[in-house]
Amino acid sequence: MVLKAFFPTCCASADSGLLVGRWIPEQNSAVILAVAHFPFIPIQVKELLAQVHKASQVQVAVLGTWCHRRQEPEESLGHFLEGLGAIFSHDPWLQLCRERGTRFWSCKATYHQLQGTPTEDQVMLIFYDQRKLLLSWLHPPTALPDCQAGETTASTGGLADIFDTVAHSEVLFRNDQFDEGPVRLSHWQSEGMEASILVELAKQASGPVCLLMASLLSLLSAASACRLWKLWPLAFIRSKLSTCEQLQHRLKHLSFIFSTQKAQSPMQLMRKANMLVSVLLDVALGLLLLSWLHSNNRIGQLANALVPVADRVAEELQHLLQWLMGAPAGLKMNRALDQVLGRFFLYHIHLWISYIHLMSPFIEHILWHVGLSACLGLTVALSILSDIIALLTFHIYCFYVYGARLYCLKIYGLSSLWRLFRGKKWNVLRQRVDSCSYDLDQLFIGTLLFTILVFLLPTTALYYLVFTLLRLLVITVQGLIHLLVDLINSLPLYSLGLRLCRPYRLAAGVKFRVLEQEAGRPLRLLMQINPLPYSHVVHTYRLPSCGCHPKHSWGSLCRKLFFGELIYPWRQREDKQD
Amino acid sequence: MEEEKSFSDICGGRLALRRRYYSPYCREFGLSSPRLSLRSLTAVTCAVWLVAYGLFTLCENSMILSAAIFITIIGLLGYLHFVKIDQETLLIIDSLGIQMTSSYASGKESTTFIEMDKVKDVIINEAIYMQKVIYYLCILLKDPGKPHEISQVVPVFQSAKPRLDCLIEVYRSCQEILAHQKATSTSP
Repeated sequence: MVLKAFFPTCCASADSGLLVGRWIPEQNSAVILAVAHFPFIPIQVKELLAQVHKASQVQVAVLGTWCHRRQEPEESLGHFLEGLGAIFSHDPWLQLCRERGTRFWSCKATYHQLQGTPTEDQVMLIFYDQRKLLLSWLHPPTALPDCQAGETTASTGGLADIFDTVAHSEVLFRNDQFDEGPVRLSHWQSEGMEASILVELAKQASGPVCLLMASLLSLLSAASACRLWKLWPLAFIRSKLSTCEQLQHRLKHLSFIFSTQKAQSPMQLMRKANMLVSVLLDVALGLLLLSWLHSNNRIGQLANALVPVADRVAEELQHLLQWLMGAPAGLKMNRALDQVLGRFFLYHIHLWISYIHLMSPFIEHILWHVGLSACLGLTVALSILSDIIALLTFHIYCFYVYGARLYCLKIYGLSSLWRLFRGKKWNVLRQRVDSCSYDLDQLFIGTLLFTILVFLLPTTALYYLVFTLLRLLVITVQGLIHLLVDLINSLPLYSLGLRLCRPYRLAAGVKFRVLEQEAGRPLRLLMQINPLPYSHVVHTYRLPSCGCHPKHSWGSLCRKLFFGELIYPWRQREDKQD
Repeated sequence: MEEEKSFSDICGGRLALRRRYYSPYCREFGLSSPRLSLRSLTAVTCAVWLVAYGLFTLCENSMILSAAIFITIIGLLGYLHFVKIDQETLLIIDSLGIQMTSSYASGKESTTFIEMDKVKDVIINEAIYMQKVIYYLCILLKDPGKPHEISQVVPVFQSAKPRLDCLIEVYRSCQEILAHQKATSTSP
């Protein structure tokens, strides 16, 4: 099998020395991590490697020699390098040599077997960028639902091993050329460790800031969890308003971000970063909305427009009911039932209008204070908007409930009397329809009632249809707002930004490019990182949302509508976590 | 060693297969489809603009014309970047893996690399495509934990769709390398 030597591109111009790295026998590959230069004492090199092995659990060893001949070839160096093979015994022993004036290298791998005659093997050179490989996280291609991306497991084979080796050998890369250590190494950080003042300052400041925020947030969550809120009717109102749900969601996010524990895995770190960016964007958009609302006295204009709009809606509803009480769409209604239902609903609307007129002097103040809450975030403002819509269309909801209950009763009555008409009965014990012998007067009354209900059906059905359509319209508007809130909550913006600006950090795999070839020389390949596609980034790093998705399929929704059962598509799921 | 031969795809269009043997155990096959022709581009643009002009004479709204121009440009850019594949390459390296690259007309390249551990075999399979029965080359993948089961089938050269003669050449080369890899592999 061909021996694969992974060589870092930063060491291609280093001086001659020893190759230090890890040998993976299962794949016949040697991952070279650094080059140790002359002069050195072999004992000290071995000690350094033992230290690195203890600190990082990576089996680093001396794999061979690296010879960079800048001048005319020296014979003595050749013999010296061969002698080193005896001191650092490693099987196979690599000898890489780069000559001046040619781009192609010569590579030799010698196996010293027990029989004494060394055998040579073919070598394939694969160049890799050490810094990019160190910083990237490999995402397994078949993302199982219970397996988290970014956590490399050693059993996923080949590439994951190589990523692991480089990532865990950070201890080796801490010695740079300015250190006064016994061994001089060349690797990607040998020019000096790179760091940023801002990042270091942020790291120092993050400790106390996290402590402060964590204590504040714990106070807030204790206040929100206290027993006062569990009393009825506060608990009832709280479960119905989407604003409270959104505020709780954000509180959970914030306490996760500012928790004093360090992130255990890259996945947790990404999640924290995503949540932070999402919260910041939310607050920024909210402040933008706030500044727009409070300029030009928009709040006053809105408040002045609100009452006439509510009046208009009520007027339209009254017209609708008058139309229904006449001959809607040419259908002939039962006059008595029509008048009863129509007057009942008209009285409701009258009550509603008086209530709105009662509230009208306070509306501007309420709106002004509610508008201030937009500084908590755009999602909170949108949730409040959704709640205001729900409150303003409360009468439509009431009408829908009345219509649906009436219709539901009628349908059940009709189905039961239809069975009686045919001489059958619903057997509750056996949960099926059985035949039954009725008395004559039972049959007589049953048939009469059935006839009455059948002839009253069109009237009730029409009222039910009209109010259900109105309710569905309101639900659609609320649903769109909730979708937008969900989008802002769950979009992983930090991951998307990372994929845009630093694509090598999120790796789906690797790709190879064959470099210039010459016959007789070993094959040279360049290994680059293949970044994760955007759809996979969103899918892997999505934040858990409130869970405000409709639970019904279209079929069950139609069935419920037909039988007059009440539909609650936006019921929030309690405490549904990932 | 580089060779270029001309084949045809299942619809009769011309394809160019470029074979490169970098070393005894590293081979690359590139299939190039014909480029976007000026004739079809002009035809589509003229059709869209005729329709837009017809709508403009009906509605007297000049927004329709600018919208048509906008749609044409965006549609062309989208087609070149997301749909039109110019060249598909298969690179097979013994003991490393198989890499498939698709290059789009706008220069975008999308690459997939499959490690040799996961490759079970390379086969030519038949499929019913619309009203035809066609042959396609595909790679059978296995789970390293369960070596006797096929976990996935990955078709190759999906956009170029070459005919059987081209596929047989690629298949023979791949089988040579896979046989060599199986003979010298250290794992059981």
